[in-house]
Amino acid sequence: MEEKIKAKIMDEKKMMRAFQRMAVEILENNRVVENLVLIGIQKKGVYVAERIKKLIEEMENIKMPTGILDITLFRDDLHKHEQQPIIQKTEINFSVEDKDIVLIDDVLFTGRTIRAAMDSIFELGRPASVQLAVFIDRGHRELPISPDYKGKYLPTSRRERVNVMLKEIDDVDQVLIMEPTRF
Amino acid sequence: MGEYIFNQNHLLGIDHLSDKDIDTILETAESFVEISTRDVKKVPALKGKTVVNLFFENSTRTRSSFEIAAKRLSADLINFNSSVSSLKKGESLRDTVLTLEAMNPNIIVIRHSASGSPYYLTTFARSSIINAGDGFHEHPTQALLDALTMKQVFKTIRGLKVAIVGDILHSRVARSNIILHRKMGNEVSIIGPPSLVPREFEKMGAKVHYNIEEGVKNSDVVMMLRVQSERGAGNYFPSIREYRKHFAINKKVFSMAKKSAIIMHPGPINRDVEIDNTLADSDKSFILQQVTNGIAVRMAVLYLLKGDFNEPIN
Repeated sequence: MEEKIKAKIMDEKKMMRAFQRMAVEILENNRVVENLVLIGIQKKGVYVAERIKKLIEEMENIKMPTGILDITLFRDDLHKHEQQPIIQKTEINFSVEDKDIVLIDDVLFTGRTIRAAMDSIFELGRPASVQLAVFIDRGHRELPISPDYKGKYLPTSRRERVNVMLKEIDDVDQVLIMEPTRF
Repeated sequence: MGEYIFNQNHLLGIDHLSDKDIDTILETAESFVEISTRDVKKVPALKGKTVVNLFFENSTRTRSSFEIAAKRLSADLINFNSSVSSLKKGESLRDTVLTLEAMNPNIIVIRHSASGSPYYLTTFARSSIINAGDGFHEHPTQALLDALTMKQVFKTIRGLKVAIVGDILHSRVARSNIILHRKMGNEVSIIGPPSLVPREFEKMGAKVHYNIEEGVKNSDVVMMLRVQSERGAGNYFPSIREYRKHFAINKKVFSMAKKSAIIMHPGPINRDVEIDNTLADSDKSFILQQVTNGIAVRMAVLYLLKGDFNEPIN
């Protein structure tokens, strides 16, 4: 599907401030920092998690355990695909048992990815709590899921797409709303 | 967009795959390796799908490997044992498969002594067919798990030199491996007595050697094959003792390979026949890792084949 830029919502500076606020909020909400772990959801959630991890580590002078989660095998629409989606790596090199987990993704939309991520995590153990941090909450939830931390709430229409661009893979920090060129 | 997609309905042999398909299966398998190290070794990817193991030849490791792979993906699995089945009562292969298909399975894993039988199934069956070894033809999942093991060791599956030693003539494992490594642009030498390593194999792009030291020289991988006495391999050379003298791998022969080289074997191994006892247990031997990788590769294949009902080819 061809699409064009409808609007630029955030630039590097605004994004930096949002990341910082999210990191501070996560620390405020979790008194025992030692029990905290971050898990980024493939693909862009991984980079968002890395940013937050860095900020927390700088502020607290600690090592923040951070994992990578691929939720493909837990998706509820696997049977609907023509081709099977490619599976990426899951890399959680610590026990999630009794930990306070912050799940991290770039965009929160229907909530189905988060549902799959929670199922996947509970196969790994029984965490003390699971919190959700997303960089953009774009509305249109189909499940009773809501973020504990968000970079920005951005009301969108369903046919639009939110593109969180990050230097690590997109060479630039910005958030764009994309819309299809044809209907 | 011209983007690559894995578009196979069946896994009949390595011959049917592109090098990109092979890469995709290996990458998917690498992601599956991790699942088998978890406390809960199960993901719901194939929930509600049914896999049938249809084995007409004796097999413990391949059958259980497919069974574990299917179960770790949450598929339901039926083992169809030919020795107690209606085939003994005179039913044809076609009727057996049609009967099974009436129960709506998604994937049929078949091992049969007749080369080409998995292909035959695709002409009338609607399930995805996986070849788990057909006669002297192919054993694709074995070659793929061998490739995964090499990729883990060498971080790549290209630019390698692979030496395969033993009964090439009767070995579907050798055939699938030769095809796979030629597709990936690797050098393949095959080594054994002339009666078991016909020159004909040069047409597949393999180099034929009758001297093991020459053939193994500078290779990254030395793959030993079992002397298959049950397939009459004993008739192709004078005695096991003489075979061992010329074609068994020991420390001296193995020292001709690269320093970083590894030893592989599809199993079951005959200790002190084709492989020196101490070498089989050394840190150069990846025989058990191959078995572990078999599960990840078979999970990847089960996952990637859609398992939805297909149109028969004819």
